[in-house]
Amino acid sequence: MRVTVIDYKAGNLTSVIKALHHLGAEIEVTDGNLHPIDRAERIVLPGVGHFSATQRLDATGMTPAIRAAIARGVPFLGICVGMQWLYAGSAEAPGQPGLGHFGGQCTRFSEGSEKVPHVGWNSLETRTNSRLLAGVEQGEYVYFTHSYKAPVSEATAAASHYIEPFAAAVERGNVMGTQFHPEKSGETGLKILRNFLAWDTKRSSC
Amino acid sequence: MGYEEVVMLTKRIIACLDVHDGRVVKGVQFIDLVDAGDPATQAGRHAREGADEIVLLDITATHEGRKTLLDTVRRTARELFVPFTVGGGIRSSRDAEQVFEAGADKVSINSAALADPALIEAIGRSFGAQAVVVAIDARRDPTSSDPVRDAHVFVQGGRKPTGRKVVEWAREAEARGAGEILLTSMDADGTRAGFDCELTAVVSEAVKIPVIASGGAGTVTHFCDVFSRGKADAALAASIFHFGVSSARSLKEQLASAGVPVRLPC
Repeated sequence: MRVTVIDYKAGNLTSVIKALHHLGAEIEVTDGNLHPIDRAERIVLPGVGHFSATQRLDATGMTPAIRAAIARGVPFLGICVGMQWLYAGSAEAPGQPGLGHFGGQCTRFSEGSEKVPHVGWNSLETRTNSRLLAGVEQGEYVYFTHSYKAPVSEATAAASHYIEPFAAAVERGNVMGTQFHPEKSGETGLKILRNFLAWDTKRSSC
Repeated sequence: MGYEEVVMLTKRIIACLDVHDGRVVKGVQFIDLVDAGDPATQAGRHAREGADEIVLLDITATHEGRKTLLDTVRRTARELFVPFTVGGGIRSSRDAEQVFEAGADKVSINSAALADPALIEAIGRSFGAQAVVVAIDARRDPTSSDPVRDAHVFVQGGRKPTGRKVVEWAREAEARGAGEILLTSMDADGTRAGFDCELTAVVSEAVKIPVIASGGAGTVTHFCDVFSRGKADAALAASIFHFGVSSARSLKEQLASAGVPVRLPC
C-alpha cells in the first residue's frame, strides 16, 4: 500500500512516516509536486505546527489536487492541524481558510484555571459506527498536544473532554481526521493507522 | 454517567534514560556510573511496561559522542510509538533538527536556552512549540525570606549559578514559546526522599504550560504528592525503574488506587 504524505513544512514528519512504514506502507512524500497526489492510493496530512502553515497547501496548488483526490474516493487522513484543516478555518489563523469539508471553525480552548495547551493522554468516547476506529474500545487512551480544537458535530467519530467536549476524531466517507497523534498513541494508535491502511475503497459508506 | 465524568486528561509517568556513549547509565549525581543496558531495548521495555513517554538525556559531552547519540536516537525511535524526548548537548537549531530527523518528537534544552533564550523561539518556529521542552535545574535559596519562590536556576549539573530565579525564567521560557517545562529540584535530586512539591507547585501555578517534575522520586507516595500538592502535570521516574525494581504499570496501578488519573490499562 502506497501512502502519499503531504509535507507543508509544519514540523517533523519522521514519526508519522516511521509508524506507517512499520505497518508495511510504502511512503511517498510531496512538498508541492502534484503527481504523487494525483496518483495517490492513500493521503496523510500530518501537522504539529501553526494553522497558518496550511497556506502552503494553497500556494503550491496542493489544495485543489487533494480536493480532487478526495472526490475520486482516495482515503484521506488528517492528523492534528491536518484534521483542523478539514474544517472551514481556525481562530489560530483567521485569514487562512481550511478545506471546508466539514462545517464549523476550530477554536482555542477557553481560558480558565486549566492549562492550555492540552498535552497528554486522554480517553476517547467513540460516537458512531466509525471504520477508522474499528476495534477501539470506549475509553481507550490516545496522545494529544494542541491548543485549538474542532467542534463536535454529526461527523464526530470520537469526542474527548478537556475543559469542554471537542472532536477527537472525525469521519465521513473516505475523509478522516484525528486531533490526537495515532503515531504516538501506542497500540491504540497503531490499530487506528492499520484501519486506515486497510480501508476498503470499494465498500460504500454513508 | 456522561463522558465528562469518565474521560479526563491523565497524569503522565515519564521514564528517563541517562545515556553515556550510547549506553544507559545509572549513578548518583553522574558519579560511579553503572551500565544499565541498551537505550533502544530499555526504551521499548519501558513503553511496553506502561510508561507514557520516554526521555533520553545524553550526558556525553564529546563531539564523537554526538554522532553516537544520533545513532542511538535513531535506533531507539524505530520501534517506539509513544512520545520521545531527547535532551543533552543541544546547542543550536541545527542540533535540534538532527535529533528530530533521527526520530525524536521533542527536544529538551537547558543551558543553551539560558545562554540564548531566542533558541526556544527558533526551534519552536520550525518544529512547533509542542516540540520544545525547557529543562530547568533549580535549587532553593536558603538565605531568602521566600526560599522556594526565590529558588535559583543552575547549569552544569547544579555547579554553575545563572543569576536567574526559577519563576521568572519559567515564565520567560513560556512567553518565548516553550511547550513544556521539565523542572528538576537540585535539592531533591538523588535523595529518593520525595519531589520538591513546593517548588513544583510554585512553577506550575506560574505558567499555563505543563510542568514535568523531576528529582527525588523514591516511593509511590512521592508521585501522589507531586501530582496533588505539587500540581505537576507529569513526573519523571528514573532510578526507580532501573534494574527491574518497578514498572510504570505497577506504579500507575498504585496511583490509580490512590485516586490519581492515569492511563490504564497500558
